[in-house]
Amino acid sequence: MSEPPALPPPDPSQTPTGPAIGQDEWVARHGERRSRRAGLIGDAEDRLRRAPWWAWLVLFVAAFALLPVVSGDGYIRRVAFDTTIYMLLALGLNVVVGWGGLLDLGYVAFYGIGAYTYALLNSHQLGVHLPTLVTIPIVVVAGAVAGFLVGLPSRRLIGDYLAIVTLFFLQIFLTVATNGDQIAGRNITGGANGILNVDPLHLLGHSLVVEHQGVFAVGYLYISIALFAVVYTALHFVNHSRTGRAWRSLREDPLAAEAMGMPVNLLKLMAFSFGAAIAALTGTVFASLNASVFPLSFSFPLVITVYTMVILGGQGNLAGVTVGAVVISVLLELLRDAGDARILFYLVGLLVLAYAFGRSRKLVAMLAALIVFGFAAHAAADLIHHNWVNGPAANGLDSVLSHWVIIPTSLNTWIGPVSYITLICLVLALTLVHGWTRDILLVPTVYLGTFVWENVLLAQPDATRYIVLGVMLIGLMIVRPNGLLGERRMEII
Amino acid sequence: MDTFTQLTLDGLTQGSTYALIALGYTLVYGVLKLLNFAHGDVFMVGSFFGFGVLKVLGGAGNPMVPVWLLLTLMVLGAMVGCAVLGVAIERFAYRPLRNAPRIAPLISALGVSFFLANSMQLMFGAQPFDYGIFGLDGGSLYLDGFDIGNVHIPLIRIITILSAFVLMILLWILVKRTRTGKAMRATSFDREAAAMMGIDIDRVIVFTFVVGSALAGAAGVMFALRVPTAASIGFVIGLKGFTAAVIGGIGSIPGAMAGGLILGFAEAYTAGYWTTRWSDLVIFSVLIGFMLFRPTGLLGTAGIKKV
Repeated sequence: MSEPPALPPPDPSQTPTGPAIGQDEWVARHGERRSRRAGLIGDAEDRLRRAPWWAWLVLFVAAFALLPVVSGDGYIRRVAFDTTIYMLLALGLNVVVGWGGLLDLGYVAFYGIGAYTYALLNSHQLGVHLPTLVTIPIVVVAGAVAGFLVGLPSRRLIGDYLAIVTLFFLQIFLTVATNGDQIAGRNITGGANGILNVDPLHLLGHSLVVEHQGVFAVGYLYISIALFAVVYTALHFVNHSRTGRAWRSLREDPLAAEAMGMPVNLLKLMAFSFGAAIAALTGTVFASLNASVFPLSFSFPLVITVYTMVILGGQGNLAGVTVGAVVISVLLELLRDAGDARILFYLVGLLVLAYAFGRSRKLVAMLAALIVFGFAAHAAADLIHHNWVNGPAANGLDSVLSHWVIIPTSLNTWIGPVSYITLICLVLALTLVHGWTRDILLVPTVYLGTFVWENVLLAQPDATRYIVLGVMLIGLMIVRPNGLLGERRMEII
Repeated sequence: MDTFTQLTLDGLTQGSTYALIALGYTLVYGVLKLLNFAHGDVFMVGSFFGFGVLKVLGGAGNPMVPVWLLLTLMVLGAMVGCAVLGVAIERFAYRPLRNAPRIAPLISALGVSFFLANSMQLMFGAQPFDYGIFGLDGGSLYLDGFDIGNVHIPLIRIITILSAFVLMILLWILVKRTRTGKAMRATSFDREAAAMMGIDIDRVIVFTFVVGSALAGAAGVMFALRVPTAASIGFVIGLKGFTAAVIGGIGSIPGAMAGGLILGFAEAYTAGYWTTRWSDLVIFSVLIGFMLFRPTGLLGTAGIKKV
């Protein structure tokens, strides 16, 4: 009988060089295999990649904090504030959808619950005026409890059923908020008119003013960006904790997670509560800034907006969803104004063309064809009737562009729908054909696209904004379901 | 008693609309296991197709087209239009995601729903569209009828309810008695095994979308004959149609019919006897309870999940 040779005791001074326990070596050494650009750009890229997460956060927050110093424009400050609200909402949704993998379509109801709780505790509605430092914990706990209660069904429901139940919850919330002015004869939520004259945030006896001499004051921007920094940091640590890892394993495969002994139900409930608490916290800032709450602020379009942010940025990636929130928020703001939206459209169009064709001769040919096609179509339309190209918006464009795009003086009622539907059909057809057919088809499609954009879409910014969001959702799911910064999942087959 | 008759009539009409929508959900859910959020908006687009046909044909005042033909053409136009729309949605928004994680087509469906509703609003505005402006409601179909007690039941109501049931029976025959129906049932039971038996899955799925969307289109016209339609109605009605499907047991065709009628009656009686203000709240709460305690519905069977 031979004894196995006794292993030498591990040397405590020697640090382990292999991958951490539970990590595949192939995955761990992924960075080494990555091809790297040479020269200064490569060095800079590597250095940027190695920068710690908090450096990015500090940089980002500092940029927001410096914004009011650079620009005294109240509008820009207001947009920055709205963006921080979106960023907070996206962070919260990321916990539920990105980490927990739970499709919660009632998410904004928690935002609404937070806003209404703040408003009820700080207005004449119930005659209660609590200090902010007392209100905020109450609101956060209320949100977490609501999230817990809505999450309870998630123990039994999966996927679609959960989506529907949470959607019902949102509808119930909206019904209660809209009809809450007659609960047992008492006016609680103010009904469709909402709650007005909500107190601003007040700390240590000072109220935080919204407007200072008619300009959006910086106080709320600082508060919300500080909240963002706190929430982001907390979530970063949660993500790297046991709970964070457990959530991600739950998202990837609930069954396997359960088989590994993870408390799946508890994890789901925690994801719901975390997300809901963050949303409720965001609601307090929203309600105190606007000094009012209305049911309509918490309806379904907002759900879609926040979902687009999370998916565009990359579900599960904190930095990603933040970037997604900033991009979508700025985009929606730009689409409000016809002039900005126009510039944005041509810029994005050129970029997409350049990206699609790369640095090839094709791009030049395509642009040339577009220009020629445009001028030809314009000239033809001009020949038929001068009013077809004499639209009012043409003066706002650069003179060259106004000779290229057809903008009629007035649009027949049927031209708008017909051109819009034709455009959709052409775009769909483009995804089916390949090769030179596609290149030829692309020219009239792009031209029709500019026509529709100028004449139909710009006329109705509200519908256009949501159409853009809807298209983004579909396109992202098909082309890039991981978003801009999302981690690529390993498919094990 | 008169109130009861009126409410029953309302519940029956509304319920048959819900049932037609629920059938579309159930069919698609059966073969794709996908909650087609866009279905409610297909229904809404269907009501607009009906409006378009009515407008093109000049309304009830046109002596060339008798009213019965007008109604038939409206329903047919909406059915064909919606079928095309449904196929396009399947082809471009769902098919690329067929092997993706289950959450992906769901989000894509949300995008389609949002896109359709806002596109209609972009093209035709947010205002309600009333079929009544074409003089339909002045015709004999609306004025004639018979009375139960003091309640007048116009012919159009009876025609609507009857045609909804005829459509359902046709669907029932289609699924139970034809080859295509057999293929649909097989796909719904086990897609992979069906593919191995030589069933063209893509064809079955496209066919399912054709049938489901056509039913939604018909429902859209029937709905808009009573209530003015608008670009934003699809969302809530689609939601109710889906719950009707869940009540009946998703995947089950008689279940969807029963669920639609139950939902219609529940809504009408709640609104009539109890509260209009809170009727949505009552219905949604009941439905949440349903999903929690009997997710397989009334006529559904619990599937065994194999790992």
